Amino acid sequence: MEAEAAKYIGAGIACIALAGAGISIGTIFGNFLAGALRNPSAAQSQFPNLLLGFALAEATGLFGLIIALILLFVV
Amino acid sequence: MGPAQGRIEEIFVAGSKNAEGGAGLDPMHQFEVHPIVELPQIGGVDVSFTNASLWMALAVGSISLLMIAASRPTNLVPGRLQLLGEMAYSFVANMIKENIGTEGMKFFPFIFTLFMFILFCNMLGMLPYSYTVTSHLIVTFALAATVFMLVTLVGFFRHGIGFLKLFVPSGIPVVLLPLLVVIEVISYLTRPVSLSVRLFGNMMAGHTMLKIFGGFVVGLGSAGLVPLAIAPFALMVAFTGLELLIAGLQAYVFTILTCIYLNEAIHMDH
Repeated sequence: MEAEAAKYIGAGIACIALAGAGISIGTIFGNFLAGALRNPSAAQSQFPNLLLGFALAEATGLFGLIIALILLFVV
Repeated sequence: MGPAQGRIEEIFVAGSKNAEGGAGLDPMHQFEVHPIVELPQIGGVDVSFTNASLWMALAVGSISLLMIAASRPTNLVPGRLQLLGEMAYSFVANMIKENIGTEGMKFFPFIFTLFMFILFCNMLGMLPYSYTVTSHLIVTFALAATVFMLVTLVGFFRHGIGFLKLFVPSGIPVVLLPLLVVIEVISYLTRPVSLSVRLFGNMMAGHTMLKIFGGFVVGLGSAGLVPLAIAPFALMVAFTGLELLIAGLQAYVFTILTCIYLNEAIHMDH
């Protein structure tokens, strides 16, 4: 296989990281909604934690993006 | 490079020639740093005033203007500007009090500056034809490295060598300790990376996506398919709203993570 082709395939594979990010963001918001509907009065105080969890989960997907970018433009 | 790749590039080049300034369809063009005022190199370092410097200066200038204007005529019943300034202040102050406690107010100037700078850089980047400072990894990494060094220094100044206990979780079987300490150390050391890459990745990916959809609108419109161009245009409007949300959210996340790290260094409740 040409090195050039392997680079593009690798960049594509690196985007699979987005699947994990998608699952985790869905889990966080889904569980927050489930909890918030059970106890709406406690929901507001947990909103910062929701955003924090969202950001932490999203970062893992972005690491995949960085790998893809490195493969495409640096390697 | 295959023939398909060549064709795609032809379309891109043709598209960018159609659009004004040749910057139409290349989604990465917006991130280019180019000097506005060329200055001679000092000690091998290029110190030219670039568009990045311009937008950083604009961010700092607009923050200063806002805060000075908001705090000049302090009335008991605040006007709009004063309300904005007070909201910004109390937002960050509450964040610090909730996450670090009142001891954390020592770090208020730093955290407030961090929050406002990131927020304004993100928001100014949403203006058409502007430049997003935070979409460059070196900028966000410099901010994250500053936070990392501050947290480490605060930890060592407050707890001395005892700060290393941060890496030893309590209530863990001794057999597992060596493994867990290694994991803790690695997760501590990757903090500046994750902090900076999160902000950079969000900003860069969002702006690239906006430009790609903009390219669709221009491409379909110039191909005479104006009714079809409405769909990506509507999506772009929606994405712009989403990007505004993300611009605020990422500034918030960066700041709150700084607060959490500082809290760990100050209180060491593990």
